[in-house]
This record gives sequence, C-alpha cells and structure tokens, in this order.
Amino acid sequence: MEDMDDIVREFLVESHENLDQLDQDLVALEESPGSRELLGSVFRTIHTIKGTAGFLAYGRLERVTHAGENLLVELRDGKRSMDQATTDVLLRLVDVVREILTAIAADSTEGAVDIDGVLDAVGRLQAGRDGSDAQEPAAAPSDTATAVETVADAAAGTEPPATEAPADAPAAAPAAGKPAVRAADPSRVIAPRSARVAASAGAEPPAAADALAQPAPAPEQPAPAAAAPAPVAVAPAPAAAAQPAAASALAPTSASSETSIRVDVELLDALMRQVGELVLSRNQISRLAGDRSDVDLVRSAQRLNLIAGELQEGVMKTRMQPIDHVWSKMPRVVRDLAAACDREVQLEMVGRDTELDRGLLEAVKDPLTHLVRNAVDHGIESPPERVAAGKAPRGLLTLRAYHAGGQVVVEVADDGRGIDTEKVAAKAVQRGLRTPEQVMLMTPPELMQLLFLPGFSTAEAVTNVSGRGVGMDVVRTKIEAIGGTVDVDSTLGEGTVWRLRIPLTLAIMPALTVVCGGDLFAVPQVSLLELVALDGQRAGAGIERIQNAAVYRLRGELLPLVSLADVLGIPVEPGSSTVIAVVQADHQRFGLLVDRVLNTEEIVVKALSARLKAIGIYAGATVLGDGAVALILDVQAIARRALVAEGEQHARERRGATQEVAERVVEQLLVAGIGGGRRVAMPLASVARLEHVRIDQVELVGGREVIQYRGTILPLARLDRVLGVFDSARKDELLLVVYTRAGRSVGLVVDEIVDIIDDDVSRHSDIEDAGLTGSTVLHERVTELLDVRAAVMAADPAFYDVVVPQQRRASELETAGV
Amino acid sequence: MQYVTFTLGGSLYGVDVTRVQEALRSHVRTRVPLAPVGTAGLVNLRGQVVLTIDLRPRLGLAPLADDAEPMMVVVQVAGEPISLLVDEIGDVVEVGPERFEQPPDTLDAELRELILGAYKLEGDLLLVLDVDAATAT
Repeated sequence: MEDMDDIVREFLVESHENLDQLDQDLVALEESPGSRELLGSVFRTIHTIKGTAGFLAYGRLERVTHAGENLLVELRDGKRSMDQATTDVLLRLVDVVREILTAIAADSTEGAVDIDGVLDAVGRLQAGRDGSDAQEPAAAPSDTATAVETVADAAAGTEPPATEAPADAPAAAPAAGKPAVRAADPSRVIAPRSARVAASAGAEPPAAADALAQPAPAPEQPAPAAAAPAPVAVAPAPAAAAQPAAASALAPTSASSETSIRVDVELLDALMRQVGELVLSRNQISRLAGDRSDVDLVRSAQRLNLIAGELQEGVMKTRMQPIDHVWSKMPRVVRDLAAACDREVQLEMVGRDTELDRGLLEAVKDPLTHLVRNAVDHGIESPPERVAAGKAPRGLLTLRAYHAGGQVVVEVADDGRGIDTEKVAAKAVQRGLRTPEQVMLMTPPELMQLLFLPGFSTAEAVTNVSGRGVGMDVVRTKIEAIGGTVDVDSTLGEGTVWRLRIPLTLAIMPALTVVCGGDLFAVPQVSLLELVALDGQRAGAGIERIQNAAVYRLRGELLPLVSLADVLGIPVEPGSSTVIAVVQADHQRFGLLVDRVLNTEEIVVKALSARLKAIGIYAGATVLGDGAVALILDVQAIARRALVAEGEQHARERRGATQEVAERVVEQLLVAGIGGGRRVAMPLASVARLEHVRIDQVELVGGREVIQYRGTILPLARLDRVLGVFDSARKDELLLVVYTRAGRSVGLVVDEIVDIIDDDVSRHSDIEDAGLTGSTVLHERVTELLDVRAAVMAADPAFYDVVVPQQRRASELETAGV
Repeated sequence: MQYVTFTLGGSLYGVDVTRVQEALRSHVRTRVPLAPVGTAGLVNLRGQVVLTIDLRPRLGLAPLADDAEPMMVVVQVAGEPISLLVDEIGDVVEVGPERFEQPPDTLDAELRELILGAYKLEGDLLLVLDVDAATAT
C-alpha cells in the first residue's frame, strides 16, 4: 500500500462503499423495477467507477463497467425491464468489479480477474433482445456516457466549479423549471451541478428529480438542442429524470467533501485512549472535590465532569458507524440465498441508523451474516410449506437494531417454522452432546441453549448455505469476545428471534464496584441485572442450600448463588456477604455473593498482563476514582467456572433423579404406613429388600441409629421422625426398607408395609422438588410420595456424596419441607 | 556495561540499565486472587496499570513481611512495564567485562536460571538478574 498512489487508494475506498450501495440498490430495484431514483443511483455508481477506471487506465475495469452501463442505459430508456436475469447479470458484474478492486488493492494492477465471462453474459442478455433495437442503444449510451463522463471529471477533478456551486444553488432550488432548461444545455457542468446543489441544499434527490420531471414541456423544448446528455429520442420524462441521475453522480464525492473528512482510524483510537485517561483523572478529581467543602473546587469539578463527559461522548461518536454498514450487504445475501434455497423472503430492516463502535461493527459482521443465512436456510420454510401452514408464501425476515440499557440490541427475526426443541434434544443425544436422561429433564429454554454447543447443527443435511459445521457456537464465541451476548427465542411454527446484545464501546464502560474480602472488584454493568440486599441483621439469611449449591429464592424462582470469595479463593468470614449481584451469564442468571457494593463508575478497561490473563477470571483492570487499581471480573468466565462445577454436580444429581424417574416409569410403588395414619409411597425399584430387626439390635453411633447388617453398618432413618409423625407407637420390632446404591445401604424405618401398587406417573407433581414430592391418591387414600433422596440423606448424609459438610443435614431436612 | 543495582535479601543484584524504566517508592498494590506465585499485585503508575512481581519466592527467600515498604524497579519486559519489588535501590554502576564471571556452580539450580552471571566488585558480588527469566511465570 505504501507506494500506491493516493488517488488509487481514495478510489478503492470510495468504490468499495459504492459497491455495497450498489448491491443494495440492485436488489431493491428488482423489487420496484420502476424506481427512477434507484436506477439513477445504480447508474451513477457504475459510472463513477467507470470514469475513474478510465482515468487511472484500468482497462478491464473500464470495459466491465462500460458493459454494465450499457445495460443500465437500456433499463433507463425503458428498453428493458428489471427482471431476474438482468439483476443476476448486474450483480455478477458487481462481483467482478469487486474482484478487480481487490486485485488492485493487492498490487495496484488489475491482476488476472476474468472479465470475459461476465461480458459474455451481458452480451447474451442484450442479444436476447430484439436485434434491431440492440444496435441503437449501443450507440446512444456511449454518447451519453462520454458526455456525463466529462461532467464527472470536471466536478471531481477540478475545484472551481465546486466553489461556484453555492452561487447557483438559490437560483436552482426555487425555480426548478429554469435549471431544467439549463440541465439540457450541452455545455455540461451547470445542469448537473445545480441539480446537485439543489439536492444537497436539502431537497432529496428524488424531489429534485420530480421537480425536473414535472415541468415536462420545458425540457422538451431544449431537448433537441441538448445533443449528448439525454437519450434525446425518448420521452421527456425519462430524459429529465436522467439528469438528476447524472447530477447526483457527483454528489457523493463533492457534497460529502464539503461536510466531512476522512480521518485515520489510528488517530481516533489514540484520541479515545486519551479521553479514557481524562475520564480517569476526572473521576479522581471528582472524588477529591467531594471530600472538600471548597465550593469553587466542587463547582470546577462539576464543570470538568460535564465537559469530560461530553468530550468522551463526542469522541466515541467519531468512532460510531450506523449498523447499516453491515446491513447494507444483507439484501444481497438474502436475495442470493433465497434464490438458492427456493425461498421467498422479504427483508425488512428497522433501525438501520443505530450506531455502534466501528471495531464492534466489524466484529458482528460475520455472526450477523451467519444468523441471516441461517434464518433463510433453516428458519423460513419453502413457499408451499408456508401456504400449507396457513402463512403467506413469502417469508418475512426482520433485522432490528435499537439501543437498550447502554447496549445495542440487534435482532434477527423470521416468521418461519421455529425451533423444534424435541428435534434439538434428539440431535443433541444423537451427537453425543447430552444423554437422553439429561435432555429429558431440560426445559425448552435450556434445550434451546444446546444450539450453542460446539458441534451442533440442526440441519438435516449439510447444505452449502449454512450447515457447514460453523455453528451457533462460533456466533456465540465471536459475540462474547466483544463482551456481548446471544440468545434465542422461538415459537414452534411461528418463528425465531435471535438477539445479539452488544456493548456500545469497549474502551469505556459503566461498572459496579464491589468489595469482597477487603478487595475491590468491578463488575461490568452490562451483565448486571439487579442487586439484592440480604437481611443485614442475619447476613446469609435467605440463602438456602441444595446439595452443596447455595440458592436464593428471588421472587419465587431459585437463583443459583456463586460466592465471589469462593471463586477467587479469598478467605472471608462466613456470612460476611450482604449483597447478591444478580448477573446474566451466557444463558443463565446467577447471583454473585459479595460483601458490599460501593458505587457505579465509568471505568476504562486496561489490558491485563499476559501472566494474569491466563487466570481467566478477569476481563481486565481499571484505575478507580481514588487511584486504586481494581480488577474487572469476567462474569461469563466466572459462570463457566463456578456453574460448570455445579453443572456437573447437577448432572450427577440429575442422574440420581433420573434413575428414580426411570424407575417410576415402571409405575410400581411400595406403600408403607409410617404411623399416625399417614402413608408414604416410594418407588419399589429403589428398594433393595425389606428387613425386620429387633429394637435391641439398634445401636447408637454418634447420635445416629445404626444396626449391624450383613457385616456392615447400616444407618437408619425413622421416616416417622423425618416426616414429622410423633404419635407412632413404640414397637419391639422395626420394619426396614433397605435402600442400596453403589455399595452403600441405608435402612428406612417404617411402621408397616401396606401394598405394592401400580401408579400413574403423570399424576405426580414435579419430581425434582426436594422433600416430599407431593401426594397422590392410591386406593382411595391420600398417599404422600416420599422423596427417597431426602429420606436417605437423613439416615446417611454422605450417601450420595462422599464428602459432605455436616451442616447440610439440617438444611436438607428444611428443604425437605419437614 | 551499566547496571541499576538493588539489594534483595542481603544480596546485591543488577539489572541492565537499558531495561529499567524507573525506580520508585512502592505504591499501594491491588491483590490479584488466583495469580501465580510471586505476583505481588497491580499498581497504578500514573494511570497505567502495572503488574508487580515479588522475586523473593523465585530467589528462595521468605516472602515479604506485610508491613515492609519495599521499593519498586520498573523494567520493560516484552514492551510491557513490570515492577519488581526490592529492598533497597543502589547506585547505577559501570563495570567492565574483565570482572564478569559465570554464575558460580555452587549456586542453587533454581537461582542459576535467574542469574546471568556475577561481577566481582570491591567487597561485594553483583549478581546480574535475567529480567526475562525472572518475570516469566
């Protein structure tokens, strides 16, 4: 790039932008073939490239664009309509132009890009028309081309006409009829320029076009005199409309150069860094000023605060680009894809001017494209399928972007078939990602998350469209790499919404500062949902435990808790945590237990030394207002670390539960009386045998009843006590239900065995509940369904897990609701 | 060759002067839980977050007392400033190659990895610290 001419570089940058626009316009033009405005835009883009290519002596590029221009002239003159074949050829042409530009960017030469193919295609397309007709347009356009070219060159290459322009503007804008007359003046520059100025003076290009088109008689008269610019023979309306086309061809170059400049991105990055430092200093000064009673200092600090804030915002804005930069490629992607998979897709884009940091924009490009492809390929059904489902044959794909809570949310929504969680489950099992037992216990949202697992793809067949093994896991990885999140909502038969949440910028972000064991940490606000204060009097109150996992009932739902101190290995006094920071990780909410919360601050993210990055818990470090360094917690990483450990445990528990489930499917229950007229039922399959023992065989070990049983010690649990029956009669003999698992046994003491019956599992309440799992009616008597697990744990807390803290027993029983 | 010298646990060490960014009084350090041994925390060096390393564990010395107020020598390692905690900062000394010796064989193997060699000074031995090795985990 070093030795490349500035002009060439400028040309490349501009042309790439223009080509994106071209893709979009062509697809739009296919939708509304009559749009003069779009045709004009397409024409002008091709023409600008052609003109510059000629100027820079890129012959191939010139030939290709010239061919394209010829085709466009036919369209403009109404000799051809914008059918699919034409669009295909034009899009192909755009691709070739892009290839050539890439080649030029690489080594300043056009390389060996094959242009004959596309030229042939254009030729064939034109030949397909009436032969006598073909001759005429071929000649006329070239005339037009040269004339307009002169115009383009004149305005692009020379300054003076541009400076003259404003003078013409007032005249041009109010009296549209007049410039229209001048527009036809062969002495070129004036007409396009005035039209352009009119356009840039506030009137939309289409408005200008209308203005010119309306006083139809006016241009008609001078038209014959105007030798070149307009295809004379044609009706006046197109002629007039052609003017703004040529006119606005100049608009992007000259109009934008008056109001905007190109700035090196590195400079912006440097500015951003410095503003970051300024924000830090501001924070420090604000804090210092807050401690003083000096009114002037406080006032100055506030002023500084304000200015720094505005400056920060301003600098951030310079790096912002509308998401349209990425979206503008989508119409083409969707069109090509829809054609390839026989879909009819209407693309709607809402909020295309939503702005994002350019670095982030770059990062969401691929994931977004993937989601769009996925939606067209897998989401939206084929037209017959849609009609059969009572939908319009044409699927609707909506891209929506908006700001929400300091983040940018980008949605890719289709009204297609939706995600079938059953299929997802089946696929996950088939791929060996999850066991059948695991998926059986998963809720639909959890199943949906399986889509993000590496190696998952629901496509029946690998298509060359989106089933290339690049799955949603890649999308998620990429989005998370920039601090964003991905989730999915889907209703079977109605559609799917993929939602990306992306931070506005990476460099500066709001964060919550928290204290844990005397150390300060910053939690990015992005992942923070809410704060819950635990009862100060009884810190740790409200925290319950399931197995080893602490949970909190947040508005009736169980929120898994992760103690920050435990994750970081910081020694803290038990019960020192007073606040739960509810955070959102990948697909799960969890509560981060911290000692205290300080405040929220705008922090500047500083990269960590490689030595510390490897720890994988910190997203970076920052300097707080008081000058102290605080580590920024990576909530996703903490979730993965802490919850995976718990996840495995969960899986273990679930396997345990699953056994019971599987056994219940057999539907055989052992019904036992436990005194006081109460009956409990337990799955028969979990029972090893029934034993009678004499009461004097029972011995006490550490306050717990045991018996010697087949050479081992069998711990006992009296179900009547466990379940709170106190009026059971004392007996000389105990009836034991022996439950054995993995070489360990416990005896559950019951009053009597009533029956073994078949039971309808579907009538049970949720079997995952701890404690008594509910009740059912057996033999016309209400029978409580025993949570075997809880009962067994009452006898032997270590039954399911070798290392178990002693304290758990009490809480276990509590949770058992006894 | 010029070396910035400092003492650590009674021995005199030197670091190539071109690697040293500055030497200063210690700052408040922010602990980094779960960090590798020898990580003494992060300090705010004029707005820059700098990793601080305590060489003591690597040199086989007892860890720093909690109330100790060590000095910091900030060195450049792979373009990144890293601060080393030391007891006292000494002079910048200029020594000729004729005084240079390979690390003595009697030196502890682990220590040998961190020492490039020794200069015989009058009444003292200057151990040349291999900054890269010492700051590597």
